[in-house]
Amino acid sequence: MASTDTQPDIRPARLAKDEIDENFSDLHPPLTRSEALIEADRCYFCYDAPCTTACPTGIDIPLFIQKIRSDNITGSAKTILSENIMGGMCARVCPTEVLCEEACVRNTHEEKPVEIGLLQRYATDPIFSDNLQLFERAPASGKKIAVVGGGPAGLSCAHRLAMLGHDVVIFNRDEKPGGLNEYGIAAYKAIDDFAQAEVDYILSIGGIELRNNCALGSEIQFTELLADYDAVFIGIGLAESNDLGIEGEDLDGVINAVEYIAELRQATDKSKLPVGRDIVVIGGGMTAIDVAVQSKRLGADQVHMVYRRGPEQMSASVFEQALAQTSGVTIHHWASPERILGDDHVTGVEFRVDASEDGIRLDADIVFKAIGQKMDGNGLESLATESGRFVIDIHQKTSLDKVWAGGDCVVGGDDLTVSAVQHGKIAAISIDDYLRNS
Amino acid sequence: MADLKTEFLGISSPNPFWLASAPPTDKAYNVNRAFEAGWGGAVWKTLGEDPPIVNVSGPRYSAIYGNDRRVIGFNNIELITDRPLQTNLDEMRQIKRDWPDRALIASVMLPMNQESWAKYLPMIEDTGVDGFELNFGCPHGMSERGMGAAVGQVPEYIQMATEWAKQAASVPVIVKLTPNVATSVPPAKAAQDGGADAVSLINTINSIMRVNYDTLTMYPTTDGMGTHGGYCGEAVKPIALNMVAEIARNRETRSLPISGIGGISNWRDAVDFIALGASNVQVCTAAMVYGFKIIDDLTDGLSTFLDDKQLTLAQLVGKAVPSVTDWQYLNLNYIEKAVIDQDLCIQCGRCHVVCEDTSHQAITHTVDGERRFEVIDSECVGCNLCVSVCPVDSCISMQQLTAGSDPRTGVAISEEKLNWTAHPNNPMRKTD
Repeated sequence: MASTDTQPDIRPARLAKDEIDENFSDLHPPLTRSEALIEADRCYFCYDAPCTTACPTGIDIPLFIQKIRSDNITGSAKTILSENIMGGMCARVCPTEVLCEEACVRNTHEEKPVEIGLLQRYATDPIFSDNLQLFERAPASGKKIAVVGGGPAGLSCAHRLAMLGHDVVIFNRDEKPGGLNEYGIAAYKAIDDFAQAEVDYILSIGGIELRNNCALGSEIQFTELLADYDAVFIGIGLAESNDLGIEGEDLDGVINAVEYIAELRQATDKSKLPVGRDIVVIGGGMTAIDVAVQSKRLGADQVHMVYRRGPEQMSASVFEQALAQTSGVTIHHWASPERILGDDHVTGVEFRVDASEDGIRLDADIVFKAIGQKMDGNGLESLATESGRFVIDIHQKTSLDKVWAGGDCVVGGDDLTVSAVQHGKIAAISIDDYLRNS
Repeated sequence: MADLKTEFLGISSPNPFWLASAPPTDKAYNVNRAFEAGWGGAVWKTLGEDPPIVNVSGPRYSAIYGNDRRVIGFNNIELITDRPLQTNLDEMRQIKRDWPDRALIASVMLPMNQESWAKYLPMIEDTGVDGFELNFGCPHGMSERGMGAAVGQVPEYIQMATEWAKQAASVPVIVKLTPNVATSVPPAKAAQDGGADAVSLINTINSIMRVNYDTLTMYPTTDGMGTHGGYCGEAVKPIALNMVAEIARNRETRSLPISGIGGISNWRDAVDFIALGASNVQVCTAAMVYGFKIIDDLTDGLSTFLDDKQLTLAQLVGKAVPSVTDWQYLNLNYIEKAVIDQDLCIQCGRCHVVCEDTSHQAITHTVDGERRFEVIDSECVGCNLCVSVCPVDSCISMQQLTAGSDPRTGVAISEEKLNWTAHPNNPMRKTD
C-alpha cells in the first residue's frame, strides 16, 4: 500500500505490452456467419416487437434479423442504418441489456435474450469495411443548416438533413469528429478506430462540411449562425465535469475521468500511458466503470470504485457493474467522499459511510472524479434551460425560432449514443418540415 | 422394458428398426457396423444385373437445412449398387452367417422380363437372405431405363413382376412402392394381387433442391448439368404417413402387412408409422445424417413409450387407423375454440398477427391498453393456426365447446353428429 511518506507510484508499462494489447482488444468479438445464423434463428419475429419499442431509435429488429437469416446482409444493414445511422457504434456500446435485449420475449421463455447487439454488428460491419453507400440524397433544397457539435446528435442530424437534400456545416470543437464516440467510450468497446470509420461513412453521403477545432463562443458566434443559416442544430453535449466540492480536490493526481478516458482513447500505444498503482474512482455511472476497468487493464494494482448510493441506483447497468467486478475492480456502495488527502499530490481519500460510525480511508496515487458532467452553454444564453440543459419540445425544437437541439445537452438527455442519434434524426425531420412548409 | 422383438412375415429381428435399402447397406463393412450398433435388420442396397451400373463421380446428395444447418430434407441421385453382383452375394452370405438373429433382406431391381427374375432370385436367395424387397420405387436414373418408379407407377407392371418374383422365390416378397403416384392404394392392391407378402413405402419423391445463386443453374450439378433426384428425410414423413394409412384403412388392402419408410428420425416417428398401420419401419436418412448410433434412441424411446402406454408392440400396430377417415365423415357439429394460457404466454404476438393477417381476426393484441393476446370467441373458427405457430409448447390449446351456443354463429351446441353427407348445404346429401 502506498503511504503518505512515499512518492506516488505512477508509471507506464505496469504490464507487458502484449498483455495490455490483449486487455484492450474487442470486448465482444464479432459473430462468425455460423454463429450469426444460429443466433438469428432464435428470433421469434414478434408482432409489434417489444425490442423495437425498447430501442430509442425504433430499429425494426425482427426484420433486420430475418434479413440476416436469409443472408440478405445489405438489406439488414439498411433496415438498421435507416433508423440509426450510428447502428454500428450502437451495436458496440448500447447497454442492450437494459434496452432491446431486456425486452426480448425470450427472457420470459428461457431467460436468455436473442443477442441483438451482436447481430446488429454482424449486419453492419460489412457496410463500413466495404464502404457501401446505402443512402442517396434528395434533390438539393438550396437550404443550409448549421450543426453545432460533431458528436452523435450532430452527426445524426447532419446525415438525415443531407439525405433530405439540405447542405450542412458541422462546427466541431474537437480536433476529430465523433464526440464521445471518439473521446469518451472505453477503448475495448470500439477498437480499430471504428468511430472515425463511422464518421467517414456518415460524411460520404455528401453535402456535409465538417469544420474541426471550431468551438462556439470562440471561433464562431451563435448570432452569426442565426444570421447565416436557415436553421441551427445544437448538439454540444456536456463539456464540463462536476466538482466534488471537498477539501483536497485541487491536489495533483485528482483527475476528471473523462479527460483520462479521452487521453487513453487517443493513445495508440497504451503501454506508454502512466497509470497509478492505487486508484480511487468516485462515481457510479458508465464513466466511472470505464475509467476503473481501463485502469485495471493498464495494470493498476488496486482499483476502488466508490459510489454514494446502492447498486440499484447506479446508472451503470448490471452488466457493466459485473464487468467491473470480474475485471478486478472493488465497488463500494453508500460511501461519500469527505476529504482528499495529501500535501501536493493525492495520497488517499476519506469517505463517510451511510448508517455507520466508521468511515473508509483508501490510499490513492490517482483519484478519478466521475460524478457527472454539466453543460457549457457559453454563447447560448438566449435559449431557455431547465436544470442547466436546453428545453425542447417533442420535435427537439428549442425556445428560439429556427433552433433545434439534442443529445446530452437537452432536458431528458440520457448519456446514450442511441438517444442522441434519435434526437438528431427527429430534429432533422422537423427542420426539413419547417424549411419546406414555412 | 417392453420387448421390441418383431416377427414380420415370419422374419424375426430383435427390434422393428431395419436400415432401408440405400447407401448405408451397400457393403458388409457398413452393415456390420449397423448390426454392432444394434439395428434389427438391413435391406441390402438394391442388386441388379451384371455388369453393374455406373454412378456419377460428382455430388450424389444435397440437403435442405434449418438455419443451424440441421438437415430437414435430403435428396439423392445415387443409383442401385455399382459393385459386381458376386461381390455383394459373397458379403451378404457372410453377414447372414455372422448375424443370424438379424433380418437380412435383398432389395432387387430387374428388367421387365421373367427370365431375369427366374435367373437371379434363386441365386440371391442362396445367400441365406430372409426375404426379397422389389424396388419399384427409385424415381431417378433407373426409371429412365424402365425400372424402379417406372414399374411402380403402373399397377399392371407391379402385379406382373411380383408374380415373377413369387414364382422364383421361396422366401417372403415385399414390394416397395413409389410415392410418385396420385394414390398409394392401386399399386398396393396390384402388389397384393401379384402375391406380395407385404408392401414397404415410401421410396423417394421426385425433387430438385434449389438453384445455385451464383451461377443460376440448378444445384447440385455434375459438370454443369443436373437431374432430378429422390427426396427424403423428415420433411417427407407426412406424405409417407398418409400413403401408409390409405393402404391400412382401405377395405381391399388393409390385411396387407406394411413396412413403413419415410423420414423416421426418432422413436416418435416410428410410433406414427406403426400406429397408422406399419408392422415395422425402415430408416435411411437419419442414419446418413447422424450415423448408426441413433438406433439407441429409436429402440429405447419406443420401448419406454410402450411401457408408459402399457402396450405391446403388436398392440400398437394400426392403433390409430380407425381414427382416419374421409373429410365428408367429419362431425360438422363439433366446435373447438383456442384458449391462450396467459401464464405461459411470452407476448411474442405471433398468434395475433397470423390470425389478423391470414385468418379470422380472432386474437387481440391490446386489452385495456396493455399488450395482451386473447382469443375472441365470437370470431374464432377453431382453425388451430395459433396453436401451430406459437413458439411455446402448450401455451395455446384447443378446447371443445360442450354447452350453450357457438358465440361465432349463435347456433346452439348439439351433441348430435352431423357430417357433410347429411348436411343441409350439401345438394347431394343422403336423405332417409
